[in-house]
Amino acid sequence: MTAIADYGVGNLFSLKCSFASIGEDAVITTSPDVLFKADRIVLPGVGAFRDAANKLRLSGLDKVIISEANSGKPLLGICLGMQMLFEKSYEYGVYEGLGLLKGSIQPISGVIQKGLKIPHMGWNPLIFVKDSKLFKYIKEGECMYFVHSYYAKAEDDSVSAVAEYGAPLTAAVEKNNIFGCQFHPEKSGDAGLKILKAFAETEAIK
Amino acid sequence: MITKRIIPCLDVKDGRVVKGVNFKGLGDVASPVDLAGYYSKCGADELVFYDITASAEGRKLFTDILRETASKVFIPLTVGGGINTIEDFDRVLKSGADKVSVNSGAIKNPSLIEQAAKIYGNQCVVLSVDVKRVDGSFRVFAKGGREDTGLEAVSWIKRGIESGAGEIVLNSIDTDGVKNGFDLEMLDAVCRISDVPVIASGGAGSIDDFITLFKTLPRVDAGLAASIFHFGTVKINDLKRKMAECGISARIMED
Repeated sequence: MTAIADYGVGNLFSLKCSFASIGEDAVITTSPDVLFKADRIVLPGVGAFRDAANKLRLSGLDKVIISEANSGKPLLGICLGMQMLFEKSYEYGVYEGLGLLKGSIQPISGVIQKGLKIPHMGWNPLIFVKDSKLFKYIKEGECMYFVHSYYAKAEDDSVSAVAEYGAPLTAAVEKNNIFGCQFHPEKSGDAGLKILKAFAETEAIK
Repeated sequence: MITKRIIPCLDVKDGRVVKGVNFKGLGDVASPVDLAGYYSKCGADELVFYDITASAEGRKLFTDILRETASKVFIPLTVGGGINTIEDFDRVLKSGADKVSVNSGAIKNPSLIEQAAKIYGNQCVVLSVDVKRVDGSFRVFAKGGREDTGLEAVSWIKRGIESGAGEIVLNSIDTDGVKNGFDLEMLDAVCRISDVPVIASGGAGSIDDFITLFKTLPRVDAGLAASIFHFGTVKINDLKRKMAECGISARIMED
């Protein structure tokens, strides 16, 4: 069973349905106990980093997510959920993330060329940086759906794919049992569902 | 690099797609759920559902259908039609919409854009504008193109973007239904002032019209159409292949 952490941010309906469509039992939950019992955890997220990080802390789910991730359980952060896996964000201030991956969240306006529209919104092909379990069923060059104005600047070797938008922006990350995608796999058609299917097949690292 | 988006628009009334549709291999051509699934498989990059019902029962049916579509079709869904309040935003977003398009509702109450952008984020708020030439200027029309608001279109759009609209759908009443190509002059005027994505609407009659659009105006991000897709005049996968041949970045579905 895959648990989708519900800490009061965004609509998780599509995400739950997308797992259902690939035959994976996914549960939307506010309960630390359900996260603890789940085979894997999804950390979704939309909106501003500060609000989401605050809500996650207030929900108390942050501690379970960190301890479960450290114990080897597969964790997938999606969009802002991926950004929260990192140490800190510079979105409207400086805010702390979960610190499971090394690096920070920076505005894309600082790296992309002038004249490109922000947010980076639309379908963009993945460029692979390294092998990832998430790419088991897809090929390099498949398009995913992105909507974001900030990007993850990793300071470890976690980046598994980038998307080119005036600069190579972090599109997916993997480090041991910790996974993330900046794009929305639940809105990326069949290619996105294949990413979720690959994640649903991951197992805990002992 | 980011691809140019192709967006079919479905007008929904009392739970059914209106404007005739003519597809082989599609069980129920008037079922929004089936049609959305079909388009998703063909490579549509996004879908717009436009609610043209006026009654409360129709509205309820619409949200039920939206919910069912969102549970089966995993590409971005934009909803428009009858969006006048934050409650309307809330209703369609909870039913599975990813973005909400405002038109007459924003003309009646311009602060709607700002309020919605603050709550849901700019990326969620699409400003849809129906524009027609009147005495040599671009004029905004309301109520489905029936009422001249007197507003000048480019400044209205600029104001919308400043208030937090994350995307613009520009529908030219002058070219709509003519099927002789998009309104390049009007689109150019809007692209010059827009730092958010611009979606071209009104006038597409053939694959070449989309090629001309994206070649002439590289700052246009997407092309929207209804009947040419519904009637099969333009097949989305053929269009995407032609775009790629012409050097226009497109998301191609594998067969």
